[in-house]
Amino acid sequence: MSLTPVHIEFIATGALWTVGLSAIAFVGGSILGFALALARISPVPFVRRCAGTYIQIVQGTPLLVTLFLFYFGLAVVGFDSLPAIVAAGLGLVIYSSAFLAEIWRGCLESVPKTQWEAAECLALTRWQRMVRVILPQAMRIATAPTVGFLVQIVKNTSLASVVGFVELAQAGKLVNNTIFEPFTVFIVVAAFYFVICYPLSAWSRSLERKLNAGRR
Amino acid sequence: MPAVVSLSNVHKSFGALQVLKGVSFDVAAGEVVAVIGASGSGKSTALRCINALETIDSGEIVVCGHKVHDPELDRRALRRDVGIVFQSYNLFPHLTVAQNIMLAPTCVKDMGKAEARRLAEEVLAKVGLAEKADNYPEQLSGGQQQRVAIARSLAMQPKLMLFDEVTSALDPQLTGEVLRVMEDLARGGMSMILVTHEMAFARKVASKVIFMHQGKVWETGPGAMLANPQTKELAEFLSNDL
Repeated sequence: MSLTPVHIEFIATGALWTVGLSAIAFVGGSILGFALALARISPVPFVRRCAGTYIQIVQGTPLLVTLFLFYFGLAVVGFDSLPAIVAAGLGLVIYSSAFLAEIWRGCLESVPKTQWEAAECLALTRWQRMVRVILPQAMRIATAPTVGFLVQIVKNTSLASVVGFVELAQAGKLVNNTIFEPFTVFIVVAAFYFVICYPLSAWSRSLERKLNAGRR
Repeated sequence: MPAVVSLSNVHKSFGALQVLKGVSFDVAAGEVVAVIGASGSGKSTALRCINALETIDSGEIVVCGHKVHDPELDRRALRRDVGIVFQSYNLFPHLTVAQNIMLAPTCVKDMGKAEARRLAEEVLAKVGLAEKADNYPEQLSGGQQQRVAIARSLAMQPKLMLFDEVTSALDPQLTGEVLRVMEDLARGGMSMILVTHEMAFARKVASKVIFMHQGKVWETGPGAMLANPQTKELAEFLSNDL
């Protein structure tokens, strides 16, 4: 039995779930990660320490274990067994928030201190300094590593199969189990991953050009 | 003339390093004060203390009625009255020249965009850069960027301008164009404190020169004192400068 359009359609459906799960991880992770990045550079030491501890714990835990904890662990402590999409989504949001927070903290801190000072000397509030002066410059620096991490998220969604979630890699595995043509099947799976990830890289380059307006 | 700046017995240390050791001086309204001295003499630190960019250990600083030494100081109110221009320009690279200038009036003074744009064009004309309003900082020379930085401070209509070695990063030709702008400001009656290595400029424009040495005010006098130093330290400093 060889690869048929039905198999391709099944794999394509898995690819859609991969895109969906990546979007959940990225949007949720971005919101939480941005708050954490701000907390990491907060003038209040307690806030900085809390955010730092969260990030260290999450970064020190393998994503696979995080996914298991959400899928099986929450059921043990009284929550009914979570649907795979919710467990995988939560796990990936937590995972990406910690990494995005550290990427963005680095970008915020790489804006020269003199820019903060210049904005401060113009009597801008801390919030105005952040929004009008620091963030636009940090965003330019953050574009490439953020998109690089987004591509990592897309590929790491393949781990969601361990909690029974049928995304792109798992769909490929299931098709291979029926037709036993691993090379062909996984070439198709790889092509789908490329189709998802390549536009992200292209978008990153165009975004960098746009944000780089002042340096042309 | 009432003093716009008054430093009284100001001490400041960075760790074990004592940078200011009892600095006192006054600046009257409309006065142009040049602070000179060797690197490490504390002149830039004194300037940064005046604008509350550094917190002093002891002593008193009063600037335009703001008690800078007071822990309850309203820093934003102080900065509305005091403009500062840095050696490295510190323009915001993601904003055009006009946007750099419009930022503080729109954010801090709630000025409308059209009015802020008119103000930006006005201050740019004052520094001779009216045609550069829509350029980005990196498209300008160092001298032009420094003049934009001056214009950006002027847009807030400060009562006092601080200049921290603003020509140190510029070649002689670009230095000249920045000094001309500062000279125009001085002639217009702006109170100014400038930390500078431009002795000729200090002699010509400053109504008072303060020579700092080892964290202290070592010698004070009119610009003419540079031709006739009273202490051997100032004489040595001036001879090294030549």
